[in-house]
Amino acid sequence: MKQFDYENAKTIGEAVNLLNNSSKNVRPIAGGTDLIPRMRNGLLEPDILVDIKNIPELNILSINGDLLEIGAAVPLYRIYEEERITKSYPALIDAIKNIGGIAIQGRATVGGNLCNAAPSGDSIPALIVHEAMCIIAGPTGQRILPVEDFCTAPGKTALGRGELLTTIQIKHPPHNTGSCYNRFIPRNEMDIAVTGVAASLMLSMDRTQIENAKVAIGAVAPTPLLVKAAGEVLVGNAPTEEAWGKAAIAAQSAARPITDVRGSINQRKHLVGVLTKRALRKAYLRAIGEMEI
Amino acid sequence: MTTEFKVIGTKPIRPDVIDKVMGRAIFAPDIMISGLLHGKILRSPYAHARILSIDTSAAEALPGVYAVITSKDLPQTPADNAELKYSRDNFLAGEKVLYEGHPIAAVAADSIHTAEDAIKLIRINYEILTPIMDMREAMKENSPKLHENIRLKSLGQDNGRPGNISLHVQHILGDPEKGFAEADEIVDREFTTTMVHQGYLEAQSSTVLWNPDGNLTVWTTTQGAFSVQSEISRILDISLSKIRVIPTEVGGAFGSKLRIYIEPVVVLLSKFANRPVKITMTQSEVLKATGPTPGTIMRVKMGAKRNGKITSATAELYFEAGAFPGSTAGGSPRLIFTEYDIPNGQVDAFEVLVNKTHVGAYRAPGDVQVTYSMEQVVDELAQKVNMDPIDFRLINVAHEGSISISGTIHKKIGAQQVLEAVKNHPHYKSPLKEANMGRGVAFGYWPNNGRDSSCIINVNSDGSVTLVTGSVDLSGTRLTIAMQAAEVLGISVDQVKSSVGDTSSIGYTGSSGGSRTTFATGLAAIQAAKDVINQMSIRAASLLNVPVSEITFERGFFTTSTSSSAKLSFSELAGKLNQTGGPITGKGNVSPSSWGAGFACHIADVEVDPETGKVSILRYTAIQDVGKAVHPTLVEGQMQGAVVQGIGWALWEGLFYDTQGRMLNSNRLDYKIATFVDIPHIETELIEVPSPFHPFGVRGVAEPAFVPPTATIANAVADALGKRIYSLPMTPEKILRTMDVID
Repeated sequence: MKQFDYENAKTIGEAVNLLNNSSKNVRPIAGGTDLIPRMRNGLLEPDILVDIKNIPELNILSINGDLLEIGAAVPLYRIYEEERITKSYPALIDAIKNIGGIAIQGRATVGGNLCNAAPSGDSIPALIVHEAMCIIAGPTGQRILPVEDFCTAPGKTALGRGELLTTIQIKHPPHNTGSCYNRFIPRNEMDIAVTGVAASLMLSMDRTQIENAKVAIGAVAPTPLLVKAAGEVLVGNAPTEEAWGKAAIAAQSAARPITDVRGSINQRKHLVGVLTKRALRKAYLRAIGEMEI
Repeated sequence: MTTEFKVIGTKPIRPDVIDKVMGRAIFAPDIMISGLLHGKILRSPYAHARILSIDTSAAEALPGVYAVITSKDLPQTPADNAELKYSRDNFLAGEKVLYEGHPIAAVAADSIHTAEDAIKLIRINYEILTPIMDMREAMKENSPKLHENIRLKSLGQDNGRPGNISLHVQHILGDPEKGFAEADEIVDREFTTTMVHQGYLEAQSSTVLWNPDGNLTVWTTTQGAFSVQSEISRILDISLSKIRVIPTEVGGAFGSKLRIYIEPVVVLLSKFANRPVKITMTQSEVLKATGPTPGTIMRVKMGAKRNGKITSATAELYFEAGAFPGSTAGGSPRLIFTEYDIPNGQVDAFEVLVNKTHVGAYRAPGDVQVTYSMEQVVDELAQKVNMDPIDFRLINVAHEGSISISGTIHKKIGAQQVLEAVKNHPHYKSPLKEANMGRGVAFGYWPNNGRDSSCIINVNSDGSVTLVTGSVDLSGTRLTIAMQAAEVLGISVDQVKSSVGDTSSIGYTGSSGGSRTTFATGLAAIQAAKDVINQMSIRAASLLNVPVSEITFERGFFTTSTSSSAKLSFSELAGKLNQTGGPITGKGNVSPSSWGAGFACHIADVEVDPETGKVSILRYTAIQDVGKAVHPTLVEGQMQGAVVQGIGWALWEGLFYDTQGRMLNSNRLDYKIATFVDIPHIETELIEVPSPFHPFGVRGVAEPAFVPPTATIANAVADALGKRIYSLPMTPEKILRTMDVID
């Protein structure tokens, strides 16, 4: 591993100043569960690591009114141990329980999963269907970006020089909403998603119609994708197998997978369909209160 | 020997377990010596290339670098000693690199980071050659050759033409064609498997201290300190007397640590740096450049009469050797069909060179592959003659005196008892039928092994003893050997301090492998314990004033036949050794020529998700003839661990390469072994048919347990799908393609 300097930022301003360095390769570190292995393998060789774990705002985990705020340095276990979150954001909980094992979950962060921008990042499709917003601090102030626009390519994000993801905000889902993230892995744990799909559904008061729907897919394109067409074919329809099938076809046509050691194009295309239907079925059961997280 | 045991068959706690649970056990990377330097090996990024030049000057000039070595620093190899040349070339490449990860140079520096920087400064000019990644490709007449001096050894014959086939072995029994002509049903199938890694988590790691007087000490993780000693001697032309090898605790081996990969390199670095040096391989280096089990292409044909009797069996077996000759191709043909009494047959095995790492041993080497193929053909044949798969096997099962196609004459074996136990097991009798579920069985044989072992026992004044063997403890053998000594000495096992010696403290002992250790080193311990008793009987005779011929030792007491009141306990007498002639050391040196083979039969229930192709193991039962279970919990652990490894091999594992010979999954994320949540509870049933070649009836248990699992799961998956997959691993993608769900 190449030698690097370590800076312990205490405020957002300090971190932004350290990151806004034109001559050095500077990377923020929160949990480090992706960053450190990549440094060890020589895939990343930063000159300076800015530790953001000790910035108070980045450790906030709060529900204020109908707004959930997750600081970018909040480890995963804090999120899934918070009952108010698990009840309202099941897709996110499905996703973060899939990231690593228990030891990793004690350290890894949703912010890091997002900034790592892996096409297979489990939390990202879930955040997309939860309509999460990214709060970004930078040299010229703060900006807000919908999560589906955050990842721009494998390992690349919309963050410019000196910018830092500080908080993820998610509005409380309306009544009669259910969501789910599910993925396919060959084993039962410790794998990277071959394909992942998140879905959320909002039903009418009498639960006979879909009023709002979102489907997001992972590991089948350079970035996790919001499949707008899949949501659109669902809205206005009854929550039936037929509807799930149509959404699955829409999701499959949005998928642009590659073949690699983890899966082939055909397998991934096929799995997008299977997992979209499974995610929607589960989201529906959760929307009508018949399935816990 | 009485069959009423006091110690054998009990379940005491392993002596190493507290240290291991508390993180105090000393593994090879834990070795720290004053002045220690860190080594790093420069490895080839190409699978096949000629080395045109190596320039190490920039690396040597880097501050903090103490030594840089290449193949030039190895001793000169005589031109006619190809075997030694291959061995040396695998430590540091000579003219060519033959696989991705092939070592070329090594550096010792004051920190691992400096060493990593230094190897990047070594400049190498390559002429890149076409890599041969596939056996079918390698065997073509016009394919590029890995070695110019290898000519097809067909049945030991040199055909004069360079090629990539380095061995052909053949066994014939009876008249195979006549046997097929007598058959009512014939099944003829081809199977392929990929190279598979042993999956041990502890990477190879060695520390060497070279002294200016030419003596050197090696701390290393190995299955046999003496084989490390002799390999260093052979590779570097150093006298055995100058090499002391101290084996550390081992974090998994399964055959991989029978061969060495770094020790001679570390010796040279320590010599040139004049400092102690340590190299610990990375997981990626381990996966790319140690010895996996070979990939195979296997054509198996078997015929049977409608009454279930197998009339003939033939097999054509191709084993990937990797970059150098030497694989299980020589031995595996002796393992196929050996479970059964078949009158006619032929086995041909070939070893094929490809641009992958040189293969090594993996638990029941070669046997897993050949049994995987044979037991599926047996299953199909049983179906064709409309027979229960266990009944079919019982009709054909080998017995004492049966002669296998390769000429093995079975001694006393428990093969039939194992199959009968399967038939009577509640698992086998239980109903199974939901859609997408399947059940499979498979039967396996492993010959086990004997070989050389040494043991010494020293008697302490309080009646306890210290016991030292040369057998590295991979699986609790310190305890199972101590239990055998305690049984003979009539003391409790916690009175035996059992430890593993180094090459300077104990007599020659072969490596822990071939499922031989509890059997063979156990025999050495029994002999050493008897030696102790004999020597102590002489002391007892002098104390009791009787001729030694009148002393008997029973149940912990030395007694005389003349007086019932005159007796000495073991511990009483131990306290009087210094008054009667001084300390007593018992010794045992054995080289058993016969040992008991092991048979195992497994049952698996699986469920396949028809939409994703994912296989779940619902229930698994392992039944095995274990001879006599010295420590039943440890035996069960061996059986269960073997199944866990077999599940990984069946469903996910393999070394996968691109067309350029670069490994695609040289990390622990993409090299997928079974995790704890992927395995069911594995039920076990121990059948005890004592081996006649051990006083307690001990047979090897670790490898027989690993022979059936891949075939068992393959048969279960075939039952669930109604269709068979003829290759490993049975990945979800392959299952979806087999079921025509995807293209």
